Amino acid sequence: MRQSAVIRERPPAGSVGPVAWLRTHLFGSWWSTAVTLLLGYLLLRWGLGFVDWAVVNAIWSVPAGENGQPDATICRTAEPAGACWAVIGDKARFILFGRFPYESQWRPALCVAIFLALFGISASRRCWRRELLLIWTVALSAIGVLMWGGVLGLEFVPEDMWGGLPITLILATFGLAFAFPLSVLVALGRRATDLPAVKILCVLYVELIRGVPLVSLLFMASVMFPLFMPVGMNPDKLLRAQVAFILFAGAYLAEVVRGGLQALPKGQYEAADALGLSYWQKTGLIILPQALRLVIPPLVNTFIGFFKDTSLVLIIGILDLLTAGKVAMADPVWQGVGTEIYLFLGAIYFAFCFAMSKYSRRLERSFGRARNR
Amino acid sequence: MFRLTSVLGALVAGALLSGGAARADGSGSATIDAIKARGQLVCGVGGSVPGFALPDSQGVMRGLDADFCRAVAAATLGDATRVKFVPTTTTNRFTALQSGEVDLLVRTTTWTLGREANLGLLFAGVNYYDGTGFMVKKALGVKSAKELDGATICIQPGTSTELAVGDFFRVNKLKFTPILIADLPELRNAFLSGRCDAYSTDGSQLAGFRATQPNKDDLVLLPETISKEPLGMMVRKGDDKFFDLVRWTHFAELIAEEAGVTSRNIDSFADTKLPELRRLLGLEGDMGKALGVDNRFAYNVVKQVGNAGENWDRSMTALGVPRGINALWNKGGLQYAPPMR
Repeated sequence: MRQSAVIRERPPAGSVGPVAWLRTHLFGSWWSTAVTLLLGYLLLRWGLGFVDWAVVNAIWSVPAGENGQPDATICRTAEPAGACWAVIGDKARFILFGRFPYESQWRPALCVAIFLALFGISASRRCWRRELLLIWTVALSAIGVLMWGGVLGLEFVPEDMWGGLPITLILATFGLAFAFPLSVLVALGRRATDLPAVKILCVLYVELIRGVPLVSLLFMASVMFPLFMPVGMNPDKLLRAQVAFILFAGAYLAEVVRGGLQALPKGQYEAADALGLSYWQKTGLIILPQALRLVIPPLVNTFIGFFKDTSLVLIIGILDLLTAGKVAMADPVWQGVGTEIYLFLGAIYFAFCFAMSKYSRRLERSFGRARNR
Repeated sequence: MFRLTSVLGALVAGALLSGGAARADGSGSATIDAIKARGQLVCGVGGSVPGFALPDSQGVMRGLDADFCRAVAAATLGDATRVKFVPTTTTNRFTALQSGEVDLLVRTTTWTLGREANLGLLFAGVNYYDGTGFMVKKALGVKSAKELDGATICIQPGTSTELAVGDFFRVNKLKFTPILIADLPELRNAFLSGRCDAYSTDGSQLAGFRATQPNKDDLVLLPETISKEPLGMMVRKGDDKFFDLVRWTHFAELIAEEAGVTSRNIDSFADTKLPELRRLLGLEGDMGKALGVDNRFAYNVVKQVGNAGENWDRSMTALGVPRGINALWNKGGLQYAPPMR
């Protein structure tokens, strides 16, 4: 029998640490090595090419031409070709804020900041209280005041002058903020077997809206709807598009929520009934908290999809972020310079969508902790 | 579908007309009264068409169409800045006008019989005579479109260009291979990189494209114009007074150019003896009143926006588009205004 304690030895250097990780994951066998080397080579080549294009050979500013417009000739003739970031410098404010009066563009900028702050506050679970509703009301009113103006000495700016990022954020935020409660109601209605009329209405709504593409709904809202209205009674184009969005998002989210309701074991419903809870108590306290938790990933998936779908309003002539970028690209001064604008737009969309997906993972983990305890 | 929209359009126009007739003290035009009551002209434009209507980096709408909207605002309200520009797409442009969402549509729209007869809309004039053309590289050595037998041609799908090119080659019993690319920058790159022998679109666009190329001398515009594309401004049928006003706003710009009156020198004509000029400036006659607006409407148009030549220079010359058939009739073009008397 051994008398002394065993001296714990370090594992051999070859089985832990970064070197071992590399060896097992990237150079495990001869073909794995080959693929690693090939992909590494391509990555390096394209990566360096991109850096060359985007940073080393980039053109950051262009001289002004004789008519006061920037002269982008050097962007087109530069050898070797580099990114023409000067176009972003010239067009950034147009892409971000559209045709909003130039000297008042601090207003939409402030709106974007308010939106971001609002998202930030709402993301934290500590802030999920009744006061949050108040904060949202105040913030959204502030955004309305800033965008429209007409009070407090702010110049009035009609909706047709709005554009860029605020439009995208307004469409997405209001769209989802109204569509989500709507979808919960519709999902509950679709499962209300003892209320056949309600059930049929909900099924009709979901199937009709889901059966047509968003584009055709937007066309309905922008092309057909005005023809049915009395002259001079034209609700604004933006409002019409917003309503179309809410209806469309509502139908899709309703199905996601219904999935969550169906996944819940029947015992939960029966237990709630056994406690003598009313229908709304049962739904609000027992069913929905569990059902919605189950469907966080598909919910966020739909949210992200809708954030990007807002760019479809370009077909009815609303100047959202993507449309503003395309209009900026059409400027003959910057002819041939488009990739840079697309990259700029892509970065903005990515930032928002990535933040959403990160947040959903965090939310899942924190809910999961409670459940797995 | 088209029949339905035209019926609805006619209903809308009828409602507008009866509304106007009920008002005794107005200008006799429901649209003009509505514009005056609103203090603003609502004008449908393209919003993403360089040279015609495109917001600049400050978000201000620039171009020939946008300036025409300003001219109508100056004629109606005496202030060229009181315009609300509504960007429209090729799909919703006619509905926007039919439903009364816009008062006037100036959106690079080709004047055709079908549109005028079916839509309940009227063309008030032509502010740009365009036509489909071809561009090739000089190295190809082609001097005429008829020499393009067997060529590959870059075209945007779904445009009138596609139809015009197909017709042209069929009529002349020539073969061609179309390369259809929807995205304009990509299409142009395909042409420049040699994927197609020729690039076909409206002549104005070809000229503008050529002007911004660093190697513009290597690119040749072929002499043929294979289709007529008169681009005009549209109003609703049933309001003839407003139609007159829009048409004569355009003519006033032409008459001013013909007489050499510009936005800069117009005040120096204040004591002119020429009767035609005195009527143009609203110094005698009741020209404006007859149209339902101020007698100085043409003065406001030229002073605040410019004459036809100035507007052209501001939007088109800057793009390198030659005036060609858009010049005045006495300079070899098609723009001709009836006398103002």
